[in-house]
Amino acid sequence: MTDRSAAAPASGKLLERLLDGEPAALAKAITLVENAGAQAAQVLAGIQSRLGHALVIGVTGPPGAGKSTLVSALVGELRRRGKSLGILAVDPSSPLSGGAILGDRIRMAEHACDPEVFVRSLATRGHVGGLSSAAARVVDLMDAAGKDVVIVETVGAGQSDVEVAQLVDVTVVVCAPGLGDEIQAIKAGILEIADVLVVNKADLPNAERTMAQLEGMLSLRDPGAAGVPVIATTATEGRGVAELSDAVEARAEALGGSVRAARTLAQIRLQIADSAAELLRRRLNDSDDEGLHALCRSVQRGELDLENAARRYLSDYLVNKA
Amino acid sequence: MSDSTKSISPPPRVLVTKIGLDGHDRGSRIVAAYLRDAGMEVIYTAPWQKIEAVVKLAVEEDVDVIGVSSLATDHLLLPDLMAALGEAGFGHVKVVAGGIIPDGDEAELLRAGVSRVFHPGSPREDIVATVGDLATQARAACANG
Repeated sequence: MTDRSAAAPASGKLLERLLDGEPAALAKAITLVENAGAQAAQVLAGIQSRLGHALVIGVTGPPGAGKSTLVSALVGELRRRGKSLGILAVDPSSPLSGGAILGDRIRMAEHACDPEVFVRSLATRGHVGGLSSAAARVVDLMDAAGKDVVIVETVGAGQSDVEVAQLVDVTVVVCAPGLGDEIQAIKAGILEIADVLVVNKADLPNAERTMAQLEGMLSLRDPGAAGVPVIATTATEGRGVAELSDAVEARAEALGGSVRAARTLAQIRLQIADSAAELLRRRLNDSDDEGLHALCRSVQRGELDLENAARRYLSDYLVNKA
Repeated sequence: MSDSTKSISPPPRVLVTKIGLDGHDRGSRIVAAYLRDAGMEVIYTAPWQKIEAVVKLAVEEDVDVIGVSSLATDHLLLPDLMAALGEAGFGHVKVVAGGIIPDGDEAELLRAGVSRVFHPGSPREDIVATVGDLATQARAACANG
């Protein structure tokens, strides 16, 4: 299959068009980065001095809570406030076929023709944690293209899908009433990363009880975590969305400008580790090295265990060719 | 088991959509599932899309192939879609149509640049293989253009 990295014009020209905010250039740059094409590193190096303009909002929560619908309503509100937007919507890849149905745009039809709203759907491609491995870089590209606000919508998230909090300024966790144990499912995990909590579908029975449960849980947390607002929304009717926008903006201000710029060295080290692991995974998958084929066959025949196969790959094949 | 130890990457990106006023989307859902199960990334939209919205979506999602389902004469909008894609600089994207498309209209669609028309009863294997080949062609055309 043709290498998509060759699909874009010279990266210098692409970079220029990207920084001018041209949608097609942003789209091509995202493809390059997602596929780790040869020019991706150059484009990413070229945007470093242009980062930090965008407010980055993460929206996460269990499947069916209404994340896409809420994002669409939030986009409408932020457009009324004059903001341009980039939206990164992540849906899961099939663990069996590698294929995916990316359907988040179905809920965003209202903005289908708005040139100030750029939506890109990404499949997880085997990455766990609620995002695609390219997500952080795609956020940077949208930032560099001049978007005022970038919204990252995760896959329907479970307890441990907390990765989004590391690459956004404000994390919004969306729950819905009537999902019963869903509150149990999130209380130990993603509840802890919320800067703003939302109870969506607030027109349903039990919404008030869900609000009370969440507020109760927040009250049990250490005082340093105080100040997380709980907001009721009915995204399909736009109710509560202005309050949510206000809360997000207030939270961003309280946190002091760009949180992403204030990453600790430990966080940066973790992100480098993630990127290095991804490069390694990709190199291994794309390699035609005969020694690697031989390793796979050894494991298949039961002559070698996975741990030692991995160690041997690292020492014999990778280090020699680095 | 296959002797190859590699998996194909990156997956083709395909937009499955409906333009115009017809809302019968069972067929497009089935085709979307076929393509997903063949390892492709399918961007799926609600029916009733405007041509302008389809072009914007194709650009932003950087798709290789667009599949348009038509059951009630909306295929007659396809020449306009082809022209709009060309104007947007996305002429390399391949377009296929499927559904109820009279034989007399097929030639006109092909002349307008539609790559393939799938009629009722088209086998899954044919759809999957054709879309996969067209995705490869679209990438090559984009690289050379």
